[in-house]
Order: sequence, then C-alpha cells, then structure tokens
Amino acid sequence: MAKVGLFVTCIVNTMRPEIGFASLKLLEQAGFEAEVPRDQTCCGQPNMNGGDKAGAKDLALRLAKLYAPYDYVVVPSGSCAGTIRTHYPDFFDESDAEGERVRALAAKTWELTSFLTDVAGMKEVEARFDGALAYHDSCAGLRELKVKQQPRTLLKSVEGLELKDLPDAEVCCGFGGLFCVKYPDVSGEMVRKKLADIEGTEARAVAMGDAGCMLNIEGALARKGSDIKVWHVAEVLAGLAK
Amino acid sequence: MTPPNDQHAPEMHVTSERFSENARHALDDKVLQGGLFIFAKGFTALREIGISQVPEFGDMRDRARDVKNHVLENLGDYLKQFEERVIANGGRVHWARNASEANEIIGRLCAEVNAKTVVKSKSMVTEELELNPHLEKQGIEVFESDLGEYIIQLRKEKPFHIVGPALHLTKEQVSDTFYEAHQRYGRTEKVTEKEALVREARIVLRERFKQADVGITGANFLVAETGSIALVTNEGNADLSATLPKHHIAVTGIEKIVPTLEDLGLFLRLLPRSALGLDTANYLSLYTGPKRDSDPDGPETFDIVLVDNGRSDMLGSEFQDMLRCIRCGACLNGCPVFTSVGGQAYGSVYSGPMGAVWTPALAGITHAANLPNASTFCGKCEEVCPVRIPLPNLMRHWREREFEKHYTPTGQRWGMGAWRWIAGKPALYRLASSMGGRVLRAMARKGWVKKLPGFAGGWTEMRDLKAPEGGSFLEQYEKGRRS
Repeated sequence: MAKVGLFVTCIVNTMRPEIGFASLKLLEQAGFEAEVPRDQTCCGQPNMNGGDKAGAKDLALRLAKLYAPYDYVVVPSGSCAGTIRTHYPDFFDESDAEGERVRALAAKTWELTSFLTDVAGMKEVEARFDGALAYHDSCAGLRELKVKQQPRTLLKSVEGLELKDLPDAEVCCGFGGLFCVKYPDVSGEMVRKKLADIEGTEARAVAMGDAGCMLNIEGALARKGSDIKVWHVAEVLAGLAK
Repeated sequence: MTPPNDQHAPEMHVTSERFSENARHALDDKVLQGGLFIFAKGFTALREIGISQVPEFGDMRDRARDVKNHVLENLGDYLKQFEERVIANGGRVHWARNASEANEIIGRLCAEVNAKTVVKSKSMVTEELELNPHLEKQGIEVFESDLGEYIIQLRKEKPFHIVGPALHLTKEQVSDTFYEAHQRYGRTEKVTEKEALVREARIVLRERFKQADVGITGANFLVAETGSIALVTNEGNADLSATLPKHHIAVTGIEKIVPTLEDLGLFLRLLPRSALGLDTANYLSLYTGPKRDSDPDGPETFDIVLVDNGRSDMLGSEFQDMLRCIRCGACLNGCPVFTSVGGQAYGSVYSGPMGAVWTPALAGITHAANLPNASTFCGKCEEVCPVRIPLPNLMRHWREREFEKHYTPTGQRWGMGAWRWIAGKPALYRLASSMGGRVLRAMARKGWVKKLPGFAGGWTEMRDLKAPEGGSFLEQYEKGRRS
C-alpha cells in the first residue's frame, strides 16, 4: 500500500491542530494509512517570500530528506503545498544534483482535497453539517495548484450541507503572510470586502483550504462581533465542524 | 543592477517610500473608495466578457509571450532593423540612455523648430521621464490631449492608472477643474454634465491642436519590418497629435518592438481585450515616416526617441520577462491591493503589479521596496496578463535583491534568520510551537487575543486572533492521538 506522509504545516501545528487530525481521518477514509514525521518543521515559505532564498533552499532540502520514504506527501494547505510543488523546483538548476531529491518531493506533493479526489478518486465523504456554507478559494491553492472543483465536489457530498456561491470567491482575503502585519490598513480593507461578501450569502459558516486565510477571516469576523463560523475544508469533510 | 555614480543610470522620481501613508489616505477617501468599488467590479467583468468571446485567447497569449521572448533575445538586431527602416522612410531615430538624455533630445528637437506649443497624446514613457516640466522650463507650453491626461495635467496630479489616468475622479471634480482652468479661454459658464464636459474639453483642445508646433505621442508598438509606430487609442487624439502639427515626435521604450505587421495583428487583438474587454480600440493607427510629396498632409518631420532608462539592465536579468509588458493594465484592474488603494498610493507612474516590478528597476529598490512587498502574491495579475508575465515571481525577485543588499527591515531579517534556525532544529521547533500556543492562550480573553505586541501588532490593529485550544498537533500526535 502506498505510504502517505502528512505535512501538517506550521499554522495547523501551532494554531489549529484539529485540521491535522481531520486530515488524518480523511486520508484513512480514502484508504490510506498516513504518518506524520515528528521532525517536520516549516516548508520555508516565509523565507522564500521574504527574499531569503538561501534559507528557503535549506528548508526545502531538509523537507525532501524527511519525506523521502513516502510515496505521497499530503498538505492541508494550498500555499504550503504550492511552495513545495510549484516553487521548490525553481530553487535549483536542472543540472543541480542536490535538487533531484527536491524535484522528487515536489512531484509527489499534493494539497489535501486535490489528493483525495484527483489521486485517491474519492467522490464523497461520510460527514454531516447542518446548514448553509460558503466556500472561499484560497489564492495559492487556486492559482498555483488549480484547486477549484475538488473541495466543492466533496463538500456537496456532506449530508445536510447547503453549498452557497460566494461572490468574488477567488478574490484574495488580504492575508498574504507578512503582508497583513506590514500593511495592516490595506489588508484590513481587503478582509472587510471579503466579510461583506460572506455575510451577503447568509451562510452560517465559511470554509476554505488554508489556515492562514482562516485566521485572518475569523479574526476579522470576531472583531466585528459576527457569529459566522470559519472552518477548514478538512474539518467540514471529516465531520468535525459544528 | 546599475553601478553607483553611473551618469547614464536609469532615472525616475518616486514617492513610494510613503506607500503606507498614501494607502491610509486613499482608504479614508470616501469618494475615491466609491469609484474604486465600481472600477474593480466593472473592469474585471468587461475583460471576462471580452475574452469569453475568443476561445483561442489562451493560445494567443502563448504566441504573444513567445514573440516577445524572441524579440528580447534578438533585441539589438530588431532595433537596428527598425532604425534602418525609419531612416529609409525619411524619419530619424534618437537613442536615449536615460531620462535626462531623452528630455534633452526632445527639448532640442522642439528648440530646432522654435516650438512654442506642444500637444501630446497619452504616453506613460513621457510620464516616466517627467518630460512636461522639462519642456515647460524651456518656455514651451505643453498640452495633454488624452481627456484623462488633460484632466490630471490641469490638476497637477500623477496618473491613477496606466490606461485610465483620471479614473479616480468624479464628474463633479472634473467640472470644478474645468471651470477654473477654462476661464482663460473665455468659458465662464460652469458645465456639470458628462457629455458637456467632454464637449468643452474637445472645443478647448481643438484650438491647441491647431496652434501646436510639435505633436508628441508615445507608441504602443514599433514594427521592425516597416519602421512604423502603432498607436492604439479610443479618443483619436493621438492621430490629431501625430498629423496636425508640422512636427511629430514619438517617444517610447526600446522594448516595444515587434518583428512584423502580422505579429502586430496578434498584439492588437490582445491589448484592447485585456484592457477593457473590447474586441478593438476605436483608433488603431500606423505611422511610417513624415509626409511624402504625394501626401496631401502630415508632419514634415518624424522623429522617434527610443528610451532605455533601465530597460537594457533588465535584459538578461531575472526581470527580463517584465519587458514583455504591453501596458494593458489588466494586472492593475484585477489586483486586490490596487483596487483597494488606487494608483496614486504607489507613488510611481507605474502602479499595481506591473509597477511593483517596473518601478524598482527604474528608481532603485531602496526607493521602491514597498511596492514589491505590498502584495499578497495572490497571483491574479499573472492569471490575467496577456503576455504571461510571472508577476508574483518577479516581485519575489525584488524581495531577494532587497534581502541580498541588506535593505530588508532589520526586524524582519532577524526574524527570518531565527525562523530558519529554529526550523532546522525539530526538537526546538516542537518546543517553540507548544510554548507559542501556551503564550497565546495566556494572553487570550475568552479564547481571543485582542492585542499583540511589536511587529505582530499589525495583526490586532485590524482583527482578533483566536488562541489555539489544547497542545500543538505534534504534541498531541506524540501522545498517541490519531483522529
């Protein structure tokens, strides 16, 4: 049986562990036994986007070594999966032997919902969610990995769930990693627009595929005193969302 | 990129250091925000409808990218061919290494014909050069003739957008501006309706066209095989600028070249669709040399000023892809940052994603570091770019240059170094993430952190932070939890 290594990502590890456990549950439902290598740390995305190429390269090599024993690497985040799959190969020249392992890692790395549907062939999940839910397309998953229909296909199979169309679902929420602390006013305006669109759907909750966007959107909703809930798509699909 | 003290170094004045301050100002401007909202929705929809009618749009983008790449790999040859054709057609080509040289050349050409009045059509390159103040210092009166450019010239503003320079203004603002500016032409009645405002601008500008000694235009494309310049406009003012005055000067960047007329056809299909969702612009004109003996009219002289100003430094660098840009503005229209703060906040005539890559190349990364940093890398710009410029990657390359040169803010630099160090030590990483969670729980009230210290305070300026419940994932996993 194919071996899956789950890369939980920093935000999930520290801020939202439930997403990691939801991912394990879904991988099991899909027929895979997944492991979490305990020595996993960061994929290097903050360094890559902060201009520290050497730092990002170090962490890429580290991750490639750690996940070498697995057939697949699954990540419950479009932006971390995108960093590995789309950007890692650019860190090394074609001729660079050191890059071989990293290119192999990139080729076997999948965003969670894309893995479940495109690789594992899953069409439905065993889960229940009562009420209307809007889905926001997190940018990196959408544009770097073409994650669009995969989460929607699975969400539609959740019993009791009414999937709402979110206007401008593909427009950025304003998180952007360090962007949101470096340019809080601009980021604040972007998330304000996102909240207005979410509220307009009258859904009682919104789901997405990246924990960074979640922290941003739920934090802005809380500041506003809204009771709209924010879930990671894995939590909804695993039946952990209330 | 450019050695210091190089007298031919690229030049462009920017106020991009003040991006955050400008952005705050723009966000507080209710009138501007109202306009931006309509702009963001409208332009995106127009483009989507426009390209949905062309099933081969994706292939066209690939071909355009390939044509431009081919030109950039052979730029010297094509520029030489273009120059030869222009001369054969009776025109002249002038080469400007930077803004000072370009302004000096254009100033000299105007002085040679004793020009008192110059009429211009919209040209971002002349905005980049700050040509107008240069000519005005020479005692020449300069009139912009594109309606948007004319309005911002009267208001002494920088363009809001590379395609729509005055899109941020309301008709009331334009009415006030015209009322004040047009008194000198004896127009003392205040007009307020849109059509009347356009009519008034037309009447005033028509006289300037007649009076002008020199017409200055940009060029959307340069055709190497014929030595022609191509102008794409919706108002027809570029054609008046190019044909009514006795002297025509076209000013543009060296990267605007396409090999053949057939290639031009491809770009003429891409540009208006990407800009405004239109299948064609109202006016597509080719100018090839001055008036011939057999022509009933046209300019007596035809001069082309080809501007480098940092472009050849980008060639062969990690920024080369940027030179494919055809200035359609699609990346601005789609950008969630641009549509939140508008063009002026960028403090550069080139704003939005294309400006975030172009500006540091011309003004230096020290002055323009905010622009490639003020992006979430959402990727919308790359998604809509008609010549497939990987804009987020290019912005990332500027952040790398900034980091290499130690311009990255010290706190951030230190933070990234510390992060890389911790991430290389898994036991320490696990400890730090568990501790981090505990600290946040201690800081939280009813599960939410309302205020974070230092750099992280940017987060809580706008939103709360939900503290994590329970231990970190790795902590719980180690204790045997599996689902």
